[in-house]
Amino acid sequence: MANQEILIEAKALVKRYGDFTAVNGIDFQVRKGESFGFLGPNGAGKSTTMRIIAATLTRTSGDISILGKDPEKFGPEIKAHLGVVPQTDNLDNALTVEENLYIYGRYFGLSKRFIKPKIEELLDFAQLVEKRDVKVEALSGGMKRRLTIARALVSEPEILMLDEPTTGLDPQARHILWDRLFRLKEQGVTLLITTHYMDEAEQLCDRLMVMDKGSIMAEDSPAGLIKNYSTKEVLEVRFGSDRNAVIAPQLKEMCDRIEVLPDRILMYADDGEALLHELGQKGLHPLTSLVRRSSLEDVFLRLTGRTLID
Amino acid sequence: MAPRIGSLLLVDTERIKRRGAFAVVEVRVMTYMKYLPALLSVAIANPFLYLLAVGVGVGKLINTHSGGVDGVKYLTFLAPALLATAAIQNAMDEVVFPTLEGFKWNKNFFAMNATPISAKQIVNGVLIAAMSRVLFSVTVYGAIVYLFGGFTTARGWLSIPTSLAAGASFGAFIMGIAAWAKNDDTFFMVVGRFVMMPLFLFSGTFYQLSTMPIYLRWIGWLSPLWHTTELGRFLTYGHHISAMMFVFHIGYLALMFTAGIIFSHRQFARRLAK
Ligand SMILES: Nc1ncnc2c1ncn2[C@@H]1O[C@H](COP(=O)(O)OP(=O)(O)OP(=O)(O)O)[C@@H](O)[C@H]1O
Ligand SMILES: [Mg+2]
Repeated sequence: MANQEILIEAKALVKRYGDFTAVNGIDFQVRKGESFGFLGPNGAGKSTTMRIIAATLTRTSGDISILGKDPEKFGPEIKAHLGVVPQTDNLDNALTVEENLYIYGRYFGLSKRFIKPKIEELLDFAQLVEKRDVKVEALSGGMKRRLTIARALVSEPEILMLDEPTTGLDPQARHILWDRLFRLKEQGVTLLITTHYMDEAEQLCDRLMVMDKGSIMAEDSPAGLIKNYSTKEVLEVRFGSDRNAVIAPQLKEMCDRIEVLPDRILMYADDGEALLHELGQKGLHPLTSLVRRSSLEDVFLRLTGRTLID
Repeated sequence: MAPRIGSLLLVDTERIKRRGAFAVVEVRVMTYMKYLPALLSVAIANPFLYLLAVGVGVGKLINTHSGGVDGVKYLTFLAPALLATAAIQNAMDEVVFPTLEGFKWNKNFFAMNATPISAKQIVNGVLIAAMSRVLFSVTVYGAIVYLFGGFTTARGWLSIPTSLAAGASFGAFIMGIAAWAKNDDTFFMVVGRFVMMPLFLFSGTFYQLSTMPIYLRWIGWLSPLWHTTELGRFLTYGHHISAMMFVFHIGYLALMFTAGIIFSHRQFARRLAK
């Protein structure tokens, strides 16, 4: 991957809405064939960054190039090779499912001959074959989401940008999407994904950028992030919601780091079982306890002070 | 599943730059087709009722009392104005609704904006589609005027191109306003009541503008309806206008159209970039 060409490069990228700075001078690069994820709490600036890359939002300052071009000068040239799944669906409600796919292909100047079989393939992928003649406004939320994702694939884009693609999808639909994304990746498609689901980030992304308040907090592979920003294991203990806070100071002295959540305390250590044993020796007996491996959730908590899904 | 070709080979950006507006026309036409029966009935019923009431009813009164207006039958006098009014009304409907819908209710302009289609092409596409609907409506209108005997010579049909000019110049302009308007719903109620209505009543539609008191005539001078009506009357039955006025009318409509297009292009680009 490292020797692949750079498709997206941002330098000191800033976006302000009036006085408010949504993206505060970020730098990043995405190479061809990579799948790159944006993680961050609500309002971190993920969608804003995605929209600047998609050439639908102008930056305030800094530089960005997509496919070697400046989006402010070459919007259509860039957009021709992007497939965009926005955070909120913007399907054409006046048209049917099938017509939505068709007309989107036409926006990319595709021939009817190409689009016809493509529609069949995408209806199948989106599991909307039976709904093909239904008006979009009569679809369920998850179906609309699936159609929005399918629509972005009509033009076989080089770069696929998915802003929280699986929000509102049921588990089966999520796995169908993941499977499709893996296959696209194998074919050399570059993926840009934002998500609030850490399993998704871990499964899909080669590299993750954790953002908070418009800045980059960390950037690495999922495994690299866990290695650098968390311990090997985590001991989760519950003492009951009123006692958690009272006991916390005592626990803090026994390990690298703790996080006090409303319902439980997370204790970070390389050997969770040993730590639990030590608790027992000190006469601290939690109501429930659990030892698990560190996950991106822990990295996220450390970097942003917030849980991933809030 | 067919093997992947990839957008680098599939998508021809140069072609989209030339022809992208027609994809927008296509989606507009697809949308029209959804309410084709309603569209057809309005296109026929509207002129029919109008001509029965005003053209024939009022016309009979005027023709018998003063032998017509401007040296011709009242309906002949009225026809270019009626067609132009219908064109403006139609252009307004087909430009304002898709624009409000595209930006606010449906947000499909934002979907288009994520594709190689440019803001200008969206404007041009919506306008071209609207004008084809206008052409259809005024042709039906013309045919009905003909049946009512309003066209005394074949020149009467020239009121179709003049009314198209009214629709296009007004449509190009109001489209930018629709993109610019923040509070759409109340805004267009105001436009309907305080712009469209006076425009219709004070543009020399039912009688010549020169019979209007001078302090009201400016409404007509600003209105594309008056300029087109004057041109239409000149072309269809030889209503007298000076060569200078002829040029002025055409110039005014051309200017309004061009300014309207530029204004709309800007408003669309601005709103899409938000
Ligand atoms: N059009 C706008 N005008 C003003 N402020 C905006 C606008 N769009 C976004 N913002 C602000 O910019 C910040 C970043 O928003 P953005 O949508 O990029 O966040 P996000 O990381 O995608 O969050 P989420 O996880 O909730 O989708 C937020 O504080 C938001 O209020
Ligand atoms: Mg977002």
